[in-house]
Amino acid sequence: MNWTKITTTGDIPLREGRAVHVDGEEIALFNLGDRFLAIQNRCPHNQGPLADGIISGNTVVCPLHQWKTCLETGQVQRPKDTGHCVKTFETKVENNLIFIRKNSRIAVPVCPAPELALAK
Amino acid sequence: MQKLVVIGNGMAGIACVEQILKHAPKFDITVFGDETHVNYNRILLSSVLAGEKEMDDIVINGLDWYQEKGITLRLGIRIIDIDSIAKTVSGDDGSVTEYDKLIIATGSAPFVPPMEGTGKNGVFCFRNMDDTKALLERARPGLKAVVIGGGLLGLEAARGLQVQGADVTVVHLMDRLMERQLDPTGGVYLRNSIEQLGVRVALKKSTAAILGNGHVEGVEFKDGEKIEADLVVVAAGIRPNAELGKKAGLTVNRAIVVNDYMETSDPDIFAVGECVEHNGIVYGLVAPLYEQGKVLAATITGNRGLVYQGTITASKLKIMGVDVFSAGFIDDTVAGIESVKYEDAALGIYKKLTLKDGCLAGVILVGDVSDSQRYMDWLRQGTNLTAKRRFLLFPEPTEDHGLDVAQMPDGETVCGCMGVTKGEIIHAIHAKGINTFAQLKEATRASTGCGSCGEMCKHLLKAVVPEFEEEGKKVVCGCLPFSQDNLREIIQGQKLKSVQEVLDIYGTGHGCEICKPALSYLIDVVWCGDHDEDRSARFINDRVHANIQRDGTFSVIPRMRGGITSPAELRKIADVADKYNVPMVKVTGSQRLDLLGVKKEDLPGIWADLGMTSGQGYTKGVRMVKTCVGTDFCRYGTQNAIETGVELERSLENLFTPHKTKMAVVGCPRNCAEATVKDIGLVGQEGGWQVVVGGAAGKSVRKADLLITVTTTEEALRSAKIFFQYYRENAIYLERTYDFVERFGIEKIRKETVYAQPAAQELLLERLAKAKAISKDPWLEGANPVNPTQFVQIQPLETVLA
Repeated sequence: MNWTKITTTGDIPLREGRAVHVDGEEIALFNLGDRFLAIQNRCPHNQGPLADGIISGNTVVCPLHQWKTCLETGQVQRPKDTGHCVKTFETKVENNLIFIRKNSRIAVPVCPAPELALAK
Repeated sequence: MQKLVVIGNGMAGIACVEQILKHAPKFDITVFGDETHVNYNRILLSSVLAGEKEMDDIVINGLDWYQEKGITLRLGIRIIDIDSIAKTVSGDDGSVTEYDKLIIATGSAPFVPPMEGTGKNGVFCFRNMDDTKALLERARPGLKAVVIGGGLLGLEAARGLQVQGADVTVVHLMDRLMERQLDPTGGVYLRNSIEQLGVRVALKKSTAAILGNGHVEGVEFKDGEKIEADLVVVAAGIRPNAELGKKAGLTVNRAIVVNDYMETSDPDIFAVGECVEHNGIVYGLVAPLYEQGKVLAATITGNRGLVYQGTITASKLKIMGVDVFSAGFIDDTVAGIESVKYEDAALGIYKKLTLKDGCLAGVILVGDVSDSQRYMDWLRQGTNLTAKRRFLLFPEPTEDHGLDVAQMPDGETVCGCMGVTKGEIIHAIHAKGINTFAQLKEATRASTGCGSCGEMCKHLLKAVVPEFEEEGKKVVCGCLPFSQDNLREIIQGQKLKSVQEVLDIYGTGHGCEICKPALSYLIDVVWCGDHDEDRSARFINDRVHANIQRDGTFSVIPRMRGGITSPAELRKIADVADKYNVPMVKVTGSQRLDLLGVKKEDLPGIWADLGMTSGQGYTKGVRMVKTCVGTDFCRYGTQNAIETGVELERSLENLFTPHKTKMAVVGCPRNCAEATVKDIGLVGQEGGWQVVVGGAAGKSVRKADLLITVTTTEEALRSAKIFFQYYRENAIYLERTYDFVERFGIEKIRKETVYAQPAAQELLLERLAKAKAISKDPWLEGANPVNPTQFVQIQPLETVLA
């Protein structure tokens, strides 16, 4: 799979997120201090921009209606048991540059994103 | 069923009827009242005059209560005769009503000392609801009012008029205020506090005449001095209404004589309250009424046995910021009485206890009345204080309040006004499943009189109901097990200057969308710029200084102080809307223009092109000051609303507040910019301004409370700023002023803001000035963002092969 070189680590402030478009896909990239995590930018609830949310531990809270989504698994944690989740993407840092690999870590086994579930 | 007639619909008569209803058998009850109002709490009339309460708030029993209890209520009828042979009472409406048992509860009437001119227009007493209404109608800024009488009632009347903006002088015959309750030193302390409020005091003045041609124009004293007056209130004491007793042939001295069972000299006639004399004593305070009512109720219902043994009375001045308490025998010039004193002139605190044979005889407290309950208990119980001698004026080291409550005997009175004991409260809590303070007040009536036992009631609730939680003590969220008040102290005391530091040391190490913005606010208020502003802890709106919309775009509202704009500004706004394809331009409810549907990347460009400052329409901060056109154009305007509004907005803009703060300034009481439903409102009137706070017309609708009435624009702005900073420092994050004002109570707020000691007011203003000095227009960050990628859409550098 292809890694996409996104930007320098300094461009994502500590405990904040930034949106980036990669091949037509909108991805939110977060700086958790010890690692960078990337998920699909739109909240499954009302398409709120997750990159603009407040980080709480390893989750992000959507700025529109406070849905809470796990940055590691992509699962929506609040409200409980919605069955919704967002796509997650693998990241790596080399020489202060952040890379994202698309379509490599879709969390299908854990929690199928609604559109994927439908596609099956 | 026996017919019971009650003459008097006041506090004594109805409190007694309430007690009678607790017994069997039931009477057929008729109550006559010469006022046209249902039963109300007379001691709170001064709070109505001071604008702290509405008339409706002080009603004790509404019409539905009388109906529910099957009581016939005859209002506006004065009983003019009693025929104790025929057993009838005659009303001034010509009615004759039979009774089997009769209760006289006619109370007392104001005493008007002999002087000329008391019939003039503009002379009032201060005794009932009609007096209060008349005073409220006339009180306005600049009105010259003279209050004759420097006792409890006179001082409360003076204070009420002064809060309404009047220029008040209290004249008193004696050499000190409240001479029956205070010694000379206490009198000096009280006088200082009263004068500090802005009320003039003239002592040793005997009024000779009220001057004026039909309407009051002044007051002349026996020493020849004259002062101007538009209004005179006579509050020189009260006299019992005992005339009916004489007509019924009862034994009457200064008042209707009753024995320990509250029986008069006629076996079917009873009397209660201020119209009775017991053991040579006539009471003019509320506490004895309840004790007498209980005894009377037992006697009249055939349960004779309970005896009335007199009441140790206590007086408490109900003026915010002037704490005075006095009880018992206070004259230490009498042989056998010794005294213990403490005073601190700078703090305005004076305490004196008088002792006789090792027991407390009397107490005077000025400036700090927090120990009044302890002293009342000692007085009532005749506690021997020999062993406590070293701790009379200070708390004993090991005692805490919770312990006090636990050790109180069940029979001890908690609420002196309503006569409610600890045992009754505990019984009610268990029997009725009470777990809030409001429910407790509703069920037992405790703390519904003067309210000074509120803290004690809460301690009792806390002790008995484990789940009782005081309002405002809730923890912020799961990340931080502290209340915001605690956190404020922690941040200050531990010198914590970043959100993450607080979370690392006192929380789980990571915050959430609730505590992070709250901590950001608290740290900003406490450290005022001398801290690390962490944007990751702020909501997106406060990172990009625009309001996020449902589709992830933003809205832009430039500041238009007072709702004033110009053709040039409008052209710029129109050009910007064209250039950036802004989907919608809308006039907001706050007299401003909103550009909606803006992309984050376009924000800096739009701000630069507008050349205007941020209207903070996205944050918990100063939104706007709405204005009417006032004296600039309006033919009704009495104050310059626009200039004042613009100045108010300019002096507070760019500051954070616990929740959004919306203000308005109107030039006259027509109130076209709705100042009475804003967080802070200035309402212009002839000769001054009313400053109102805690209004709402959004999620809640609430009429603002009067903070203060002032004569100058400068004072109005100053008062608004003092309240503003007090709200910033004391409210819980996300608490609007209307919840804050309800939670704190307007009395406490006034006392700690515009009626605080001058030094305390200055400190609030200084802290506001400091915060204001370092505040900046957030839109300056468009050209100089906190983080370089704040407004930039990041583009991938390149795609590489794995």
